[in-house]
Amino acid sequence: MDYVPALSRWVHFLAGVMWIGLLYYFNFVQVAALKAATADGTAAGITKHVAPRALLYFRWAAVVTWLAGAALLSDKFVDAFTLRNGMAPIGIGAWLGTIMLFNVWVLIWPNQQKILGLKPASDEEKSKARRVAFLASRTNTALSIPLLFFMAGGWSHRAIFFGM
Amino acid sequence: MKNPLDSLWGTIVTGLVLTVILYFVAKSLLG
Repeated sequence: MDYVPALSRWVHFLAGVMWIGLLYYFNFVQVAALKAATADGTAAGITKHVAPRALLYFRWAAVVTWLAGAALLSDKFVDAFTLRNGMAPIGIGAWLGTIMLFNVWVLIWPNQQKILGLKPASDEEKSKARRVAFLASRTNTALSIPLLFFMAGGWSHRAIFFGM
Repeated sequence: MKNPLDSLWGTIVTGLVLTVILYFVAKSLLG
């Protein structure tokens, strides 16, 4: 079973790059692009053809990233989530990732379905959904900064934590 | 007060501040 950690780490990275890459696309590119496109009447190109596809890969990449991360933690899973036995740094990363996964599936995706017209919603509901999805997405962008700091921990972080 | 998450720079600064706070939390837990 020695190949499991290596394969889990690889899949964790691949899916993680897709998840956080699309998160940054939404926050750094699409929000501003949609504002400009709405002003010149071309927003449908994004909301109809781009956003649903991006959200599909985004939300499932989040699931795969979390599952591969859990497999990678293996028998250290409980130590990581209870921040014990030297697992506090990666455990904090795991908690941040878990909160972000929750945000994707409970706050971002259900509200995006209303915004994109994939689920029926009144104008008032759409307006509220826009704000909730936006703030959840921005929260994940902010959380991704410490997430990557702690996830990238390893030998390179020994100097930071232990002064070595 | 304006929500820092409304701007990209506010979001990045929030993430950096959180990183520093969580670093000290992790360091204290490592003993």
